[in-house]
Amino acid sequence: MSKGFFTDTTVCIGCKACEVACKQWNQLPYDGYHFTGMSYDNSVDLGASTWRHVEFIERPVPLGGQTAGDFSWLMMSDVCKHCQRAGCLEACPTGSIVRTEFNTVYVQPDICNGCGYCVVACPFGVIDRLPDDGRAWKCTLCYDRLKDDMEPACAKACPTDSIIFGEMDDLRSKAGARISQLHERGMSEAYLYGADAASQPGTEGLNAFFLLADKPEVYNLPPDPVVPTKKGAQSWASLAFAGVGLAVAAAAAVLTARTGGRS
Amino acid sequence: MAECHPVGFQWVMEAKRRGATIIHVDPRFTRTSAVADVHVPIRAGSDIVFLGGIIHFILENERHFSDYVVNYTNASSIVTDEFLDTEDLDGLFSGWDKEKCQYDPKSWQYKDVEVGPAAGAREMFTGEPKSERGVQVGAKHTDPTLLNPKCVFQILKRHYSRYTPDMVERTCGVPRQLFLKVAETLCANSGRERTGAFCYAVGWTQHSVGVQYIRTAAIIQSLLGNMGRPGGGIMALRGHASIQGSTDIPTLFNLLPGYLPMPKAKWDKNFEEYIKNNASISGWWTEFPKYAVSLMKAWFGDAATKENGWCFDYLPYISGDHSHMTTVADMASGAVKGYFVMGENPVVGSMNGALERQGLRKLDWLVVRDFSLTETAEFWRKAPEIERGEIRPEEIATEVFFFPAAAHTEKDGTFTNTQRLLQWHHKAIDPPGDSRSDLDFVFHLGRRLKKLYADSRDPKDRPMLDLTWNYRTAGARREVDAESVLAEINGYTVADHKPISKFLELEDDGSTACGCWIYTGCYEDGKNQTARRKPGTQQNWVAAEWGWAWPANRRILYNRASADPDGQPWSDRKKYVWWDEAKQQWTGYDQPDFIKERPPRYRPPEGARGLDTISGIDPFVLNADGKAWLYAPNGLKDGPLPSHYEPEESVIRNPLYGQQCNPARMEWHRSGNPYHRAWDDAEFPYILTTYRLTEHHTAGGMSRWLSWLSELQPEMFCEVSPQLAREKGLRNGDWATITTARAEIEARVLVTERVPPLRLNGRIFHQIGVPYHWGNTGRVTGDSANELIAFVGDPNPSIQESKALTCKIESGRHSRNRRAATSGPLAERMSGDQGAPRDLPSARRD
Repeated sequence: MSKGFFTDTTVCIGCKACEVACKQWNQLPYDGYHFTGMSYDNSVDLGASTWRHVEFIERPVPLGGQTAGDFSWLMMSDVCKHCQRAGCLEACPTGSIVRTEFNTVYVQPDICNGCGYCVVACPFGVIDRLPDDGRAWKCTLCYDRLKDDMEPACAKACPTDSIIFGEMDDLRSKAGARISQLHERGMSEAYLYGADAASQPGTEGLNAFFLLADKPEVYNLPPDPVVPTKKGAQSWASLAFAGVGLAVAAAAAVLTARTGGRS
Repeated sequence: MAECHPVGFQWVMEAKRRGATIIHVDPRFTRTSAVADVHVPIRAGSDIVFLGGIIHFILENERHFSDYVVNYTNASSIVTDEFLDTEDLDGLFSGWDKEKCQYDPKSWQYKDVEVGPAAGAREMFTGEPKSERGVQVGAKHTDPTLLNPKCVFQILKRHYSRYTPDMVERTCGVPRQLFLKVAETLCANSGRERTGAFCYAVGWTQHSVGVQYIRTAAIIQSLLGNMGRPGGGIMALRGHASIQGSTDIPTLFNLLPGYLPMPKAKWDKNFEEYIKNNASISGWWTEFPKYAVSLMKAWFGDAATKENGWCFDYLPYISGDHSHMTTVADMASGAVKGYFVMGENPVVGSMNGALERQGLRKLDWLVVRDFSLTETAEFWRKAPEIERGEIRPEEIATEVFFFPAAAHTEKDGTFTNTQRLLQWHHKAIDPPGDSRSDLDFVFHLGRRLKKLYADSRDPKDRPMLDLTWNYRTAGARREVDAESVLAEINGYTVADHKPISKFLELEDDGSTACGCWIYTGCYEDGKNQTARRKPGTQQNWVAAEWGWAWPANRRILYNRASADPDGQPWSDRKKYVWWDEAKQQWTGYDQPDFIKERPPRYRPPEGARGLDTISGIDPFVLNADGKAWLYAPNGLKDGPLPSHYEPEESVIRNPLYGQQCNPARMEWHRSGNPYHRAWDDAEFPYILTTYRLTEHHTAGGMSRWLSWLSELQPEMFCEVSPQLAREKGLRNGDWATITTARAEIEARVLVTERVPPLRLNGRIFHQIGVPYHWGNTGRVTGDSANELIAFVGDPNPSIQESKALTCKIESGRHSRNRRAATSGPLAERMSGDQGAPRDLPSARRD
């Protein structure tokens, strides 16, 4: 069983019902009352107490198939990606972060010791620590609801079905059909982000993948996210190579010095 | 719609997935525009030119649905010879009384006949009919060829002849090509095979000519054959939950339940007069007496008899306008003693907040029922004028009572929303503490009042004593059972108290009682039909078993029009109801909105009365002639056809007529309510429009007290274009001060391309958008946009004009000592304007 989200940003109306439903179900605190002046986005980013976040992107480019001058307004409900290969999970030294029976990534708050390794290991900058208890928090994909056969709160609240919850195979086929439909209707720029390992080897695919209408960077997503541990072997090899190199250099230096001393 | 009705908008997105084209017309690029196929930026207050332009396009290119127009609309009706159009009189129709500032609609009538309207301003025009009303007359004076210059179709053509694409471009700021694209798309999606729908909300209603905006859309939909058919219609998106319900069972001053008019002191002297003045001789309103008698039986039970005129004299008679603005103005003048405010926050939600509070300060008592201590409840200690030190709380004599209210999850009841669908909601938990539902409050208030009067022998107290008030109560709190109220609304037979199943069973002999005739059937067989929740997947697409829709669980009104004159569907694709020749009755996917056994070929015989006057091709049965009114011969206070008038406060001169504004608009000439009467005035050069955000709910009583919503939109802001920001030195995220003739408010600046400047006649005009949710109580506070808005109204529903006015904007915060028009230098400066003549041609400023 592999569960996840398919978020179709082309039907998102930016109502933020997902943000509120998430906070209510998970009883997350508010983050303060700050007017940012960044379009309609006042919650700014994902964090320890914001597990769904709607981005608003005003851009001077028309959307394919839309007649609205040289302008469009993109909206996207961002969330933890529940990577197939999760940086946070692999970096967690306590075993607090686990992969669940739903193939999602879950932080066990009673085990988390607040070391923060996961925070730097997430290529998306999703997971974060709460200042008041120091522990790391992120979307659980409503693990408690899934246990009771209920869909996650955000997907339940989404009025336009921009957030669809389900079996990954179903979601991928729905997403594929939607892409073809959009291409037929003139939105040739639509594509899937992180739908599978082939398109995103650095994470081996996302259990929360997206349909986007512009480059990932426009949505504040990395164009080629790579889980740090994925580069582990390479790093060790580099380190070994560097070590050997240094040893050789040191030996050479000593030898040269001796030779030099003789002369 | 996505902004304010995100849940309903799921169906728009569903339609889009299935290939529908979504067009969004709005001064701003909103969340709706973001997902629409076409966004049309328009100058706020110019919609009649835009819509009139579409009418012009349809008629000019003969794109109307001819069979539909000839048979189902009043296009062929001949109008009196005396009628003169706004084209003839430079912006006025015939019948204008300059002294009274109102119209006499006599010359607007069909030739040789006086037709009463199905709704609207019935009270103005009732009286002894001069001749037969309705269909018989229509048959006498019609021209099915539509060529007679006095027929409605030709009048329409002449009336909109100057509403050309060029005029649209010059007046609305909509580029010609964009306009043509919209008109073409709409026409291409109408006809036998296809239908198009309009959705509107307060962006149309809140204008001094708002009803005529909607009338213009009604003309388009009737010309294109988009009424009474699946996928067609005009959807009024109501302001909040069950506002449709509060019109059906009205909180309005001039209506009784089911759109029966409130008795008028001047005409309706007794029940017979009331019936004579309001029943029709033809069409469905001939049934009026049955609904009126049944209502009186529901309210006064056994006391209501034929002999005493069904206790008609127990009802209050209205002597004039008692709408919100009139009442508040009276209040500010000291003429109103007490005020109930239930689930409303007029200090923030209504116009000219300072004047609202001035009214509240003059009351003896005020009752507020809400979840939280709203600005209305706290007007005596947390108001701008109190912060400024102009008014001290100890000087306010008003006694304020605050009652905590139950939320919708804490009570049983129905919601009636946009599509006339009644949906029952069940109580999930008891309300906390002393909180109670409004129903419970009103019930127990009534019960206590009746107790107070119990021993009275005074005849004037009879209404209180005879009022039926025996609803079931249950539990320790003696909570009233909402279902027992629903049962009374549904109606019952007086003899054995059995629920009535359809309004056809109602009688005018006192044998039936019914609280609201259009709701009859919602409690059919003693079962709560509104609580039905059969999923759409388990029934046909009309989904008649989800909730219950008035009237008679009909999902599309006037659906006889979904079939052609012979009773057959216009097309297979748009099949809905049709005439079954074998069974000799109407049938279909929905409840046919027609007399079930009336064949399409039926024509009323000479001298027919009552329902017999409805011919087989009269789908619009509520109108006396059974036709859709392209031209309204009666019922509107500001003209039979929509004409473009500029808002009371406009940046430009009316490009179409010498008459600048709606001549029949309502104004309040008082020092606390000054108007900016000039156009093209450098002092107030920008257009201001107000609106709501998804994150907040109306005046904020439900959302500004909740941290999860407040953090999403924490501060009052205004939206301005980068061009205007440059011009005025406004910086994103910084403060700006917005001033109108009434007041000054401050707001954060949001610079965005979503409020584009418009080009009118080569000149650039800026629009400024302000949401209106904030006030000075709650978790997040801010200045209220509605402080800026005047008391000025559409004469038909007395709705304020809050969607288009003039303002200025400056960078920085406002000064604390110069703000409201009810006090301070602004009022003094503007006082010279008071009582200035209305903008009749002779009074225009050049």
